Amino acid sequence: MEKTVSGNGQPEQPGRRRMLGFLVGSGVMASLASFVYPILRFVLPPQSGELDADTVAAKANELAANAAKIFRMGNRPGILIRMVDGTYRAFAAVCTHLNCTVQYRQSEHDIWCACHNGVYNLQGGVVSGPPPKALEQFEVHTRGQEIIVSKGSRS
Amino acid sequence: MRLLKSWYEERFGTELLSFLWHKQVPRHRHTIWYYLGGMTLFLFSVQVVTGILLLLYYRPSPGEAFESVQFIMTKVQFGWLIRGIHSWSANLLIFTAMLHMFSAFFLKSYRQPRELTWVTGCALFFLFLGFGFSGYLLPWNELAFFATKVGTQMMAAVPLIGKWLLTFFRGGEEVTGATLTRFFGFHVAIFPLLTTAVLGAHLFLVQYFGMSVPPSVERGQPDKPVPTYAFIPNFLLRDVMGWYIALGVLAALAAIFPWELGVKADPFAPTPAGIKPEWYFLFLFQTLKLIPGRVVFIEGEQFGVLAFGLGALLWMIVPFLDRKQEGPLRRLPAVAGAVIVAYILVMTLWAWRS
Amino acid sequence: MILRLLAMLVMVLSGAAAAAAQQAAPPVDNCRTCHAQLDGKLGEPAQQFADDVHATRGFTCANCHGGDPREEDMEKSMSRTRGFRGAPKRSEIPQLCAKCHSDGAFMRAYNPSLRTDQLAQYQTSVHGKRLSSGDARVAVCSDCHGVHKIRPASSPISNVHPQQIPNTCGRCHADAGYMKPYKIRTDQLLSYQASVHFDKLKGGDLAAPTCVTCHGNHGATPPGVTSVERVCGTCHVFQEQLFDQSPHKDAWAKTKIPSCLTCHGNHAIKHTSDTMVGTGKESICMTCHVEGDNGGKAAGRIYTALTGLDASLGEALSVVDTAERKGMEVGEARVTLSAAREKLIKARVDLHTMDGARVEETTKAGEKLSKQANQDGVQALAEYTFRRKGLALSLLVIAFVVVCLWLLIRNLERPAAGEETERT
Repeated sequence: MEKTVSGNGQPEQPGRRRMLGFLVGSGVMASLASFVYPILRFVLPPQSGELDADTVAAKANELAANAAKIFRMGNRPGILIRMVDGTYRAFAAVCTHLNCTVQYRQSEHDIWCACHNGVYNLQGGVVSGPPPKALEQFEVHTRGQEIIVSKGSRS
Repeated sequence: MRLLKSWYEERFGTELLSFLWHKQVPRHRHTIWYYLGGMTLFLFSVQVVTGILLLLYYRPSPGEAFESVQFIMTKVQFGWLIRGIHSWSANLLIFTAMLHMFSAFFLKSYRQPRELTWVTGCALFFLFLGFGFSGYLLPWNELAFFATKVGTQMMAAVPLIGKWLLTFFRGGEEVTGATLTRFFGFHVAIFPLLTTAVLGAHLFLVQYFGMSVPPSVERGQPDKPVPTYAFIPNFLLRDVMGWYIALGVLAALAAIFPWELGVKADPFAPTPAGIKPEWYFLFLFQTLKLIPGRVVFIEGEQFGVLAFGLGALLWMIVPFLDRKQEGPLRRLPAVAGAVIVAYILVMTLWAWRS
Repeated sequence: MILRLLAMLVMVLSGAAAAAAQQAAPPVDNCRTCHAQLDGKLGEPAQQFADDVHATRGFTCANCHGGDPREEDMEKSMSRTRGFRGAPKRSEIPQLCAKCHSDGAFMRAYNPSLRTDQLAQYQTSVHGKRLSSGDARVAVCSDCHGVHKIRPASSPISNVHPQQIPNTCGRCHADAGYMKPYKIRTDQLLSYQASVHFDKLKGGDLAAPTCVTCHGNHGATPPGVTSVERVCGTCHVFQEQLFDQSPHKDAWAKTKIPSCLTCHGNHAIKHTSDTMVGTGKESICMTCHVEGDNGGKAAGRIYTALTGLDASLGEALSVVDTAERKGMEVGEARVTLSAAREKLIKARVDLHTMDGARVEETTKAGEKLSKQANQDGVQALAEYTFRRKGLALSLLVIAFVVVCLWLLIRNLERPAAGEETERT
């Protein structure tokens, strides 16, 4: 822009024109930079990975056998259970009765909802209490040192 | 810079550069309308850039479309900005294209030899409307879903092939995921391809024939040549100024009326009250609402669709109809145009307010 | 010639042997063969029996009706000498079914997990007692399970499938004419059909309670005043436990006021609402208490705590919804919000202690979470406004460039108006 102006410019008011040319040039450059910056940031994948991404529910040695933890999966809580035999299972931690968050009972080896005493087995099925449906089960995979939970076809 | 120039000239000659360098633009009291084309082109490039960016994250399926747009707006950095600009720029683009078209019409820029410039311009405008219509559905929210349902329903009124058209555009009897993938295909593949070709032709024709000088200006100074100024830098600088103004309007619109995400579409929910199409389709929508059930011997809706189809066709071939430069009928196109503009304005406002 | 005759003979003989072997495989049941061709009362049972759970396991008519199904001669097959019994009398039916169903060793061969105490239970029921005292109008096995087209209870067309039970019981109990001699109410079915339990059942929740869940099935008896709480408590465990801690427990036991149903009713158990407590018009507390007494005070406290949390939850939800609709990230707020809602659910259970302080403790935790979610939502909306301001700010930069451009153009064209045309 600046080049064009000075190339074609008339010598009458060189100082003022050069000044204006510089201002326009830097203004355009600045605005170009302010276009490029968001684009570069946009192109970089966000921290949370992709849409419906797998969730890192725990580190590999975080949970002992016969223990569980609640983790966040998008907008809802999930429950990751390390079974007595050391394998993992994951379910939606939302009780199918009134959406309370369920918990693992180490003493009973079951999943329990404290609101109305709903009990689920470790397949997610209803054992007793008011829940009308089983808990949704998720897929669990181990990737390096991370336990990954994803919504899979298994339920 | 000089090195680059000589490198270029060694290979491609000086023709193109000197054409641009010596290109002159007529200068008169209607010159301001010349900038609208450049502004539209600028907004179109904004659409191309932001559209490609959105493609990086968008997923065209009913299960994921809404979620992916939500993802873009909440998780992707500056995603809200890119999406907001894409949405607003689309509307502004249609608006400037409309102004450009009507200014060309009233200034009679379509006169010989520029008939094809007009025809390609019209085609571009219809393509932009297609972009708008197909793109509106892609976020798969409630408003978009039902507006598309109502909009595609109009196609059924086309005589003979209406049913076929409806099925073709919806990808079935109803608006479903099949419609979404179809509209996505139109929006990102078919329309861009067509637009590139037609836009190329349009720009080439504009350069080839140069800017038209309105007959009123020509008549005003029959002996003197119309004054001009250089495309570079005088016109180009003004063009850039126009782009920045467009950018400013865009930012202001996005700030005052941010583009919301809405509520995910539920195909089985009853149609909410007050569903309206985008503003540029409002006059069509309102007219079809007003037409009585039967006109003479055909169905009202069918009559409306036929009338608009015929109108669009006539509009496109205006250069071949308006041959009279002299005589009492000279003013007929201008009057007709004024009536059309008034009609569109009144209907749009009516639909907006109701 | 002789050879050919011999060959034919062999073929005929072997064919006959094969036919005989084939006929031996299923039990010969001439009862069904003949009766299936009859019309009306004599034919229907045979046609229905084809898909009966007993028929599919190889039982025949004779197992209940006696007689000899292998005998083709009608007179002989249905003669008393062959043990033919005809249609059993209603009063005989329980014993007849029990012949197999109370025989643990026999039943094991067919369904080892099926209980065999139905008759013993039946005899403790009001039905069983009346039957033994000579009233044959009471329900016997076949009234509920059917006669000739019996299905296991898991079958949706069985009359004892959970979703069919209310109508099965109601066939007699909702029939005012039939129940007249017994002088008991007949509105239970209608009441039940207005209950939250029936809503759940209708919605496909087969675990929802039906008549038999509270009254028992084979041992059907109305639960006594003392056992109501235990009955409800089989599902509503916490409510029962907390009720036991409440001042109502002892006071009501002394005056023989039944526990749960005093507030919730029996058959028409409605979906609960917060207005059931408190001091308002719909408050059940106010049937015994007045606003100023201890009970009234506690009721008021509980009501205020519950509705307060409910209102702040609604407020937070609408803020979060608005933010989400505008395209802001509210995942964390949603999780907090569901935790807050959980507190409200718990508080509604806690109120069975009738202890205002205890309910308030829970609702306060809920209020805190709800406030948190509300703040998250407000913050998201503030971020949204901030973005808009940022965009508005960019207008300044744009305006600056536009002004500079305009000045530049003016400056460029000032020297001489005709200068530009020079280059043409």
